[in-house]
Amino acid sequence: MNVFSTTALLLIGALLPASAKLSKEQMATAVQTESVTIPTPGEFFAAIDKMGRPNWTHAGRSQINADASNRPQIALNLGALVADGYLAVEAHDSQGVKNIGRDIVQLAKKLNVSESVLARGNSINDFAENNDWNALKEELEATQNEVKLTLRDQKDDDLVILISLGAWLRGIQASTQLIAKNFTPPASKLFRQPAVAEYLIAQVDLLPERIRKEELVAKVRGQLGQVKVLIEVPPDQQLTAEQISALHEAVSAAIQDISGKPLLLPIVAPTP
Amino acid sequence: MIRFACLLVVGSLVGSPALSAQNATAPTSEAPKPTPTPAPTSVTPAPTPTAPLLTARSLVLELAGAFANDGYKIRDGHWNGKLTPGKPQLIEVNLFAGNEYWISAAGLPPAEKIVMKVFDEAGRAVEMQTYEDGSKCAVGIEPKVSGKYFVQIQLAKGDAADFCLIYSYK
Repeated sequence: MNVFSTTALLLIGALLPASAKLSKEQMATAVQTESVTIPTPGEFFAAIDKMGRPNWTHAGRSQINADASNRPQIALNLGALVADGYLAVEAHDSQGVKNIGRDIVQLAKKLNVSESVLARGNSINDFAENNDWNALKEELEATQNEVKLTLRDQKDDDLVILISLGAWLRGIQASTQLIAKNFTPPASKLFRQPAVAEYLIAQVDLLPERIRKEELVAKVRGQLGQVKVLIEVPPDQQLTAEQISALHEAVSAAIQDISGKPLLLPIVAPTP
Repeated sequence: MIRFACLLVVGSLVGSPALSAQNATAPTSEAPKPTPTPAPTSVTPAPTPTAPLLTARSLVLELAGAFANDGYKIRDGHWNGKLTPGKPQLIEVNLFAGNEYWISAAGLPPAEKIVMKVFDEAGRAVEMQTYEDGSKCAVGIEPKVSGKYFVQIQLAKGDAADFCLIYSYK
């Protein structure tokens, strides 16, 4: 029996606004948790998709650096790779997804979490083989969470936020690249994410000094501050085409530093 | 629009100075049709400290599965904790204009009724669809403005209980 039909009598409201308004004090008590508060690249790309079906193949990277050496850099790269995975899914690039899945496992090995993600890597491969794009989106998030969970288990919590940061920056970089080429005001409104930047900055600032003072982390933290300024527009406004380009430059600089090698974007040739 | 809600709606677009319809509306797509849910079997949870959380999560995943049938992707991340009478809890989420969202929550017994509301970054309540079934509930919104939102969850009936919240999007 249908759950909704059997419980229909219990439905008490639809299109029902709450009557109260939250006070600033109440809002200040809101919980922020990285696994719910930070949107996935998949959610962001889903919203971009609705603004005119961009050609996602133009936003891919043909060469992804899996040679990162220190752990914070590996974590940042791992996050960026997950975003690349979502991009490959949006582009329906089966081989690209498989390659990225392999690179994720390779990087995860360097963080000693390969065992837990190995099975995920295999699933990614299988879903890519079957062009199961919806399942791939869920598997990518699950893979990222699996890595984070294992890092927490092995007392490597500090790296978790760097994975989220890498994913967010790479998602913004790829999307600004597409939107800068085909600017529309509604699409530019999607980049209004100051609360995400704020949260990421706060979390990076909470990292132990030894990580915070790593050259790369310190540099990316500085770039993140610039990014926050660029995306901080009032709710009724949108970023201009110039601001989108400036945002793209800022996040590209961060991704280049994370990757450790220059990125020549766009790398992937447009599909006919 | 929730099909059955049209017939059974008790409150709809209730006038409120706090209503912020410009920032979010209820999803316009028809409500998902959940697949039949098998009757619960009498499984005794393992006596581990995390068992109640896992059960709350499985309950909410069961509810969110209904939306997955309608193309909503369930986020793997979740938020869990304990609800106590008279103490609503808030979580911050970041949503995108153009996407449709269903935020689902479930509480374990002795929670009897859980309710949720969504507020924009100025603290104004947003227009939403609601589904409530005792200790399980869901709210559907379609933000018109990208940015920060607050989800408030509270125990409307029953005693302190573990809960789990997740959300789905499309």
